[in-house]
Amino acid sequence: MARLPKPSELGLDHALPKKGWMDTSVDFRSGTWSHPARAKNLEAVGFLNGREWSPANHDWKLPANWKRIVFEGIRERLEKFRSLRIFMDVCVRCGACADKCHFYLGSGDPKNMPVLRSELLRSIYRGEFTLAGKIMGRLAGARKLTESVVKEWFYYFFQCTECRRCSVFCPFGIDTAEITMIARELLNLLGLNIDWIAGSVANCYHTGNHLGIQPHAFKDMIDFFVDEIEAVSGVRIEPSFNRKGAEVLFITPSGDVFADPGTYTMMGYLMLFHEIGLDYTLSTYASEGGNFGMFTSHEMMKRLNSKMYAEARRLGVKWMLGGECGHMWRAVNQYMDTMNGPADFLEVPKSPVTGTVFENASSTKMVHIVEFTADLIKNGKLKLHSGRNNNLVMTYHDSCNTSRGMGFFEEPRYVIKSVCNNFYEMPRETIREQTFCCGSGSGLNNDEFIEMRMRGGLPRANAVRFVQERHGVNALSCICAIDRSALTTLMDYWVPGVSVYGVHELVGNALVMQGETERKTDLRGEPLPGTEAVEDEDI
Amino acid sequence: MNFIISLMAVLALVVAAFLGIEAAGLSRVFGVAIPYAAFILLISGVVYRVLNWASSPVPFRIPTTAGQQKTLPWIKRDRFDNPCNKIEVLGRFIMEVLFFRSLFRNTRAEVDKGPTLYYQWEKWLWLGGLALHYSLLVIILRHLRFFAEPVPSFVPVLGGMDGFLQVGLPGIYVSDAVFMIAVTYLLLRRLIIPRIRYISIPADYLPLSLILAIGVTGILLRYFTRVDLLKVKQLAIGLINFQCVVPEGIGTLFYIHLFLVCTLIAYFPFSKLIHAGGIFFSPTMNLPNDSRMRRHVNPWDYPVEVQTYVEYEERFREKMIEAGLPVAKDIAAGGPAIYSLTKK
Repeated sequence: MARLPKPSELGLDHALPKKGWMDTSVDFRSGTWSHPARAKNLEAVGFLNGREWSPANHDWKLPANWKRIVFEGIRERLEKFRSLRIFMDVCVRCGACADKCHFYLGSGDPKNMPVLRSELLRSIYRGEFTLAGKIMGRLAGARKLTESVVKEWFYYFFQCTECRRCSVFCPFGIDTAEITMIARELLNLLGLNIDWIAGSVANCYHTGNHLGIQPHAFKDMIDFFVDEIEAVSGVRIEPSFNRKGAEVLFITPSGDVFADPGTYTMMGYLMLFHEIGLDYTLSTYASEGGNFGMFTSHEMMKRLNSKMYAEARRLGVKWMLGGECGHMWRAVNQYMDTMNGPADFLEVPKSPVTGTVFENASSTKMVHIVEFTADLIKNGKLKLHSGRNNNLVMTYHDSCNTSRGMGFFEEPRYVIKSVCNNFYEMPRETIREQTFCCGSGSGLNNDEFIEMRMRGGLPRANAVRFVQERHGVNALSCICAIDRSALTTLMDYWVPGVSVYGVHELVGNALVMQGETERKTDLRGEPLPGTEAVEDEDI
Repeated sequence: MNFIISLMAVLALVVAAFLGIEAAGLSRVFGVAIPYAAFILLISGVVYRVLNWASSPVPFRIPTTAGQQKTLPWIKRDRFDNPCNKIEVLGRFIMEVLFFRSLFRNTRAEVDKGPTLYYQWEKWLWLGGLALHYSLLVIILRHLRFFAEPVPSFVPVLGGMDGFLQVGLPGIYVSDAVFMIAVTYLLLRRLIIPRIRYISIPADYLPLSLILAIGVTGILLRYFTRVDLLKVKQLAIGLINFQCVVPEGIGTLFYIHLFLVCTLIAYFPFSKLIHAGGIFFSPTMNLPNDSRMRRHVNPWDYPVEVQTYVEYEERFREKMIEAGLPVAKDIAAGGPAIYSLTKK
């Protein structure tokens, strides 16, 4: 792991280099780049040009015909994606996006301004694909493809979390996430990926989830949660796995099964399903809601995503329910049906408890757990004791993908306010469609990238610190598995004293279950508010 | 440096027109041939660009959502910022094209010691952009009086409104003043704000320098040299009707103005100015966020290699059985491929 300076020593300088951006090259400083993909992880899914190499070395061992690969890659994508053509052509460099990127704000590196990040690719497009660029060269902002350009691409397109914040401010809707996705596809053609993504992709393809949890281990972990839930609530629940004929297939990111504090969110789901008597099953084959394929190529996204519908069809369920996850929901909302649909073997989702028909999911047949729960609460189907969360002074982080790739703002707030009595919003410029990324999305949540993650997370952390100082906020909720992990590290670094919660962990805490014994602790095993006071009185 | 280059380029254009008229007497070239050529370039260039964009499909539905989506009926949704059908997309577009809604969101981030971030009010870019585009529109519409006979009735009305200030003679048009201020602001912004200066390339300064020069020459023509408008109209009408007459004595300044305009419109399709058309094709803006409700079809979709459940079970069957997970194929039975629910 790279050495991470203390917050006070981190240093933040927005001074611009003397030289123009085309004349500055990348400094591969430790802590600002991710380990390259190992050959075995690329080969595991049939990607080409896997090899052992390091960004720190001068020689990246590019394949001999690398230029041709890139040119043909660009040409093919220009023909396939209107988005790419438009985004290459229409930027006027007005600069509205410049200070909207968390990586720019946190690093001061001008090539992290979305406009320049895109220019890294756009300049090559102009120089190699447009007449004006070929003739005018630099005057038209064009340049030729060289090895150092490729190095720059690797560095900066793996310093973009595809959060789309810049796109909200762009007068033409230029979406750097789209450009980054396509640039990463190009890099991937050269075997230039990062291992945290490539490893997760290989795992997901072969074992069903990013973390490589095998079926028996997956079941073991759920069994462990069942014991934990019983210890807290006295209620024994019995989830089922790979069960044919269930009404609902529930899929959530594997981070919820494996990584704290996501595990508590998982417990929350299981408690809720038990309490409402949902006829559901978990799958070990489709045991990943997230999709790191998305950070590799559109094709890989489709390959990994295929398991969801395939498993729903095999098990003969009626509809699907998805857990709290960011990029999973961008994939489900904007790609899944197109890539692997039509889901005509499923029925339009209908809540068996409230009878609500989810018309908004009438084609994908997949409902977000938070909209499902919001509907339950709205219809008074849950008995909630929100006082159990009274020790938490809560704020809410809108995840990038559910915000700008979906528009999912009110449902989580409704649920949180139903189960928490103390809730404060962060400043308007940092929430909802203007929300700031955790700094670790799109496959960058790895240890060696730690300095850049803390820098990229600065704007988010700053907004949390604001409500911490003003309202005494000590808890940050979110609906994203990457967030749950990344924000925990980020808070420890910038805003100590703030813990991170999934929304369904809060639901699990507040949910009054039939036959439960008096709860002494929350799902984390920490004393419930009120119970400590009682103990004090006893003494 | 980038600005100097573009300024030199515009000066070169001015000098070329000046010499062309004054020294070479090429009034037919500058008055007829170049306008036609520029117009042909504009039309063919725009058509080429549009066809080029349209030739690439939109494989995925990727609107950028900036408001609450349509979900449960009791949740208030945001029709403008998260449209879910074509009518609402039209609404979003009107907000965007007529009012520059996205730019209106703009803020300025400042970093203080701590480090602490602040987000400041910043609507100047929005205002400058809006002022430039609307004043340009009014100016273009006012110029219709040269090209149409009879002049459409709205043109004098517009001119009257535009000139309501009645300062001096001829009266100063508000649009002229706004235009010059906006262009100057946008240019100074690029030159002075370090960040914007850093991202600017010559191709950003050239259009600004060019329209600034067009503005200056236009103002000189109208307010100072008092160009003979009848002659200008004679030329313009001739161009429209393909009966070219080049009246004597319009003045070199007019030809310089015209040449700069011709350069601008010829340059339009091959430069960033094409953003005016591109915005209509932007997939993050022109699509409804309805892909959970209605299936979007990718025209180039192709089958991909996937790991099937059968392959998965082949790999993990023993472990699954041991863990009590249901498997489709029963090993104990000797392995006939009967895929049924078998619970150990």
